[in-house]
Amino acid sequence: MKILVTVKEVATVEDEFEIDGTEIASQYLSADLNEWDDYAVEEAVQLQEAGIADEVVTVTIGPEDAEQTIRQALAKGADRAIRVWDDALEGVDLLDVGAKTDILQSVIEDEDPDLVLTGVQSGDDSWGATGVALANELDFEWAAVVNHLEHDLEDGVASVRRELEGGIEELTDVELPAVLTIQTGINEPRYASLRGIRQAQRKPLDVQSLGDLGVDESAVEGAVTLTDMYEPESESDVTVWEGGADETAGELADLLRDKGVVA
Amino acid sequence: MSDVLAITDHRQGELRDVSYEIVSAGRDLADQTGGDLHLAVINGDVDAFAADVNRDGVDAIHTVDEGEEFDHGVYAQATAQLYDELAPQYVLTPNSVNGLDYAPAVAADLDLPIVTDAVGLSADGDALTVTREMFGGKVETTTDLEGQAIVTIREAEWAVAEGDGDAPIEAFDADIDEGALGATITGFEEVGGGDVDISEADVLVSVGRGIEEEDNLPIIEELAEALDATVSSSRPIVDNGWLPKNRQVGQSGKVVTPDVYIAIGISGAVQHVAGMKGSDTIVAINTDPNAPIMDIADYAIHDDLFDVVPALTEEFQ
Repeated sequence: MKILVTVKEVATVEDEFEIDGTEIASQYLSADLNEWDDYAVEEAVQLQEAGIADEVVTVTIGPEDAEQTIRQALAKGADRAIRVWDDALEGVDLLDVGAKTDILQSVIEDEDPDLVLTGVQSGDDSWGATGVALANELDFEWAAVVNHLEHDLEDGVASVRRELEGGIEELTDVELPAVLTIQTGINEPRYASLRGIRQAQRKPLDVQSLGDLGVDESAVEGAVTLTDMYEPESESDVTVWEGGADETAGELADLLRDKGVVA
Repeated sequence: MSDVLAITDHRQGELRDVSYEIVSAGRDLADQTGGDLHLAVINGDVDAFAADVNRDGVDAIHTVDEGEEFDHGVYAQATAQLYDELAPQYVLTPNSVNGLDYAPAVAADLDLPIVTDAVGLSADGDALTVTREMFGGKVETTTDLEGQAIVTIREAEWAVAEGDGDAPIEAFDADIDEGALGATITGFEEVGGGDVDISEADVLVSVGRGIEEEDNLPIIEELAEALDATVSSSRPIVDNGWLPKNRQVGQSGKVVTPDVYIAIGISGAVQHVAGMKGSDTIVAINTDPNAPIMDIADYAIHDDLFDVVPALTEEFQ
């Protein structure tokens, strides 16, 4: 079977930063493989190692700079990658769920996988909705927030656990083809080995434009516009202890004695 | 077309708190659009749930008596059919694990925009502004859209609606296509049992991503031992397998209410805060003065945990 994994390069923000319009100023940003997608890639590669999957393909919407992140996924064991980019995507502040779904749907229909794995959400804009929206558009079954997947996929069924709130897990059988959104903790993502990194350089990375995919440029505009970004107002009345570690630890020790935590 | 339709959430025979919160969110929004607030109760003991959630400000309640527990296919189909019937301006669902398991499908099906994890809503004419966070809560954003939409609301962000309502309760005869339900729930399981119950602890020494490596955990354990406290953690520590699941504080872990909660190297993602904000006294040790945990901490040390924690342990040895 073929597994397709959506892989996003996300921006990570330093502790201290400045906002420039509706984005964080670029000098405070670095790029990384989305944490949830890292678990999704690992799950797919483990299915391949278990002899269940014949091929693992990643798909990314991103500019050429994102190839470093895509190569990370290839170095961890994905077989090949597709990157979608287009001039129309340059300078788009916010690619909403509908826009992402339109683009990814077209790639997935071309690839015709049996299983699509996505991260539950992305670490930057945290929509948490694209995987399920995709499933609906593809007429695939789905399960959101999966933290365990049985690897036999017997009779075309994925037996999964969904992580509900409050330490409850739901056990669900999902018919394939399906989209599963993968929660962190489902596995232990591997580090790319040096050999893997070398091999990744030679793996196919196909670049497609919206035109190649038959997606209308108007799709990228989406329906949702980002209009403002600001640092949340702190409602905090926290008492901050200043000084060296010995001093601040001393203040905390006094508090703990006052509270009767320790004698 | 100015009404609001809000869908409730329940599990294993009980309405979840967000079901009462979504009444408040929905009422606020309906006041701004000048429309009615419709609630939907899908699956389970719908009549009891409907009576329970019939609070002040609700204009109508629709019950969909199809099955016992959450099934995303039933929810997606019923919500879409209610939308067709009621033609609301906005559909609200909880941004819960189950909300995220059907709301995006409904949006895709109805070709409506979806905005998730809203922490604020404001409507003006045909325009909706949704406030949400990005970058793990480091920034807040406003996003605008025109026309109808589906919005999922963050749990514990709106007040629980109070007061008895007198909204009419009507059964909605949804036409569920059983053939389209390709996922079957086979059971539920509670995880994270074991010998330690962090929800019973008076003092928690809680560790997060800032500890960097598993090999550094002993400094936390030594502090806990010196304080006769229990060690708990935020999600990444459990994801990494450094501590068992029964130590996890947060939305998907345990809710704790100790006398003292010492958050060490924990930034305070909303999912974590949901599990510990009821603590009596919260102390945060974190190098980042802007970390969200500082918003709910009573006391804070903006310093390196590797300096502060051993110094603190030494105080009691």
